[in-house]
Amino acid sequence: MPHDTSEQHHPHSLLPSDPALRVKALETLLVKKGLIDPKSIDEIINTYENKIGPQNGARVIANAWVDANFRDALLKDATASLASLGLSGRQGEHIVAVENTKATHNMVVCTLCSCYPWPLLGIPPSWYKSDAYRARAVREPRKVLSEFGVHLPEEMNVRVWDSTAEIRYLVIPERPENTAGWSEEELIKIVSRDSMIGTALVVVPT
Amino acid sequence: MSRIHDMGGRFGDGFVAPDFGKEPVFKTEWHGRVLGLTVASGFLGQWTLDEGRHLRECLSPVDYSSFSYYEKWLAGLADMLVAKGIVTRDELKTLSPVEPPKDLRERRLRPENVFSALSKGGSTERDAGPQPAFSVGQDVVTRNAANLTIDGGHTRLPAYASGKKGTIFALHGNHVFPDANAHQAGEAPEPLYTVAFHAETLWQHPENPEDVIMLDLWQSYLLPAS
Repeated sequence: MPHDTSEQHHPHSLLPSDPALRVKALETLLVKKGLIDPKSIDEIINTYENKIGPQNGARVIANAWVDANFRDALLKDATASLASLGLSGRQGEHIVAVENTKATHNMVVCTLCSCYPWPLLGIPPSWYKSDAYRARAVREPRKVLSEFGVHLPEEMNVRVWDSTAEIRYLVIPERPENTAGWSEEELIKIVSRDSMIGTALVVVPT
Repeated sequence: MSRIHDMGGRFGDGFVAPDFGKEPVFKTEWHGRVLGLTVASGFLGQWTLDEGRHLRECLSPVDYSSFSYYEKWLAGLADMLVAKGIVTRDELKTLSPVEPPKDLRERRLRPENVFSALSKGGSTERDAGPQPAFSVGQDVVTRNAANLTIDGGHTRLPAYASGKKGTIFALHGNHVFPDANAHQAGEAPEPLYTVAFHAETLWQHPENPEDVIMLDLWQSYLLPAS
């Protein structure tokens, strides 16, 4: 496949300039050609808006917090333990779980594109896909974290996971100390999306 | 020399703008249509994930920098459809199918199959390929960040980690090699490792020299450390 066509204009420049019209044009063309069913696009959107999102990951984290055996299995082979819960699939074929402790804070980025564990967290937010996050998370993670309101002590070690292959990373945040005796359902509610990317800590709302 | 997408460590990008979980999944309707159209077109089975990534990376630097995320996806999809002969430039211009469609219709993703198709995914782990040459704890050095056979070709070794010393942290079995698979040169699976790099080996002025950056790197990106 030719990979540089800039000399004779990339084909995409032939489409309308307004992005909403551009996608409409391409969809219409592919539907006319019989290659796309617009209802399938509706269903993909519905899946990521309503069925697959950070609520999946939050269930996993709460489960790991209350069940030490599940936590151990998750850290040992996340792909297998998540598949047993039906949490596998596109952009989550190979999962590694990494655990935040008093000594180590983990955060996840994809500097080359925007790789993200879709089956657990859904579609990545804009900031995760932004140039600023992709460029800076590996070079100045602590400064980036401070922009999320997370200020780590200097003696804490930071590990940044750059998702350069098909391994997708899930951060297991630290369970807040004042949640002893909480039910799994209560814990699920306090696990934020960002805490599973490593750009937030889990805190109990006051 | 790498391409515009290879931005890890770059200076000048300004602050990150967190949404604290408030942003909707798709900010506007057309964002969802682009994602859906791209995913559904992928199920036609005419290109690999690596080819799709590479075509997005081949956007001109001006387009890559000025396009929003989903505009990059849309441009990458349009370029791929033309590169694969599924649509022609004339069709993109006129928006009417002037040539008979290729016989791909039976591969069209059906609405009732969407959830199961998305839940299935596609593993990149393979049994074939060489034995691991490195073991956990061993020091390695990365080679130049470049596709070795195709100038400007796809690679997943970022420039910021090129020619740097790290330590093997984990082995993940053999995985499809993107540098080959993006260019229709077969899957060429090889051992994939997580390699740990200390911040002080990557950056002139690290925030904290003890911080660690982990990258997933294929065996042929690595040389034994002398």
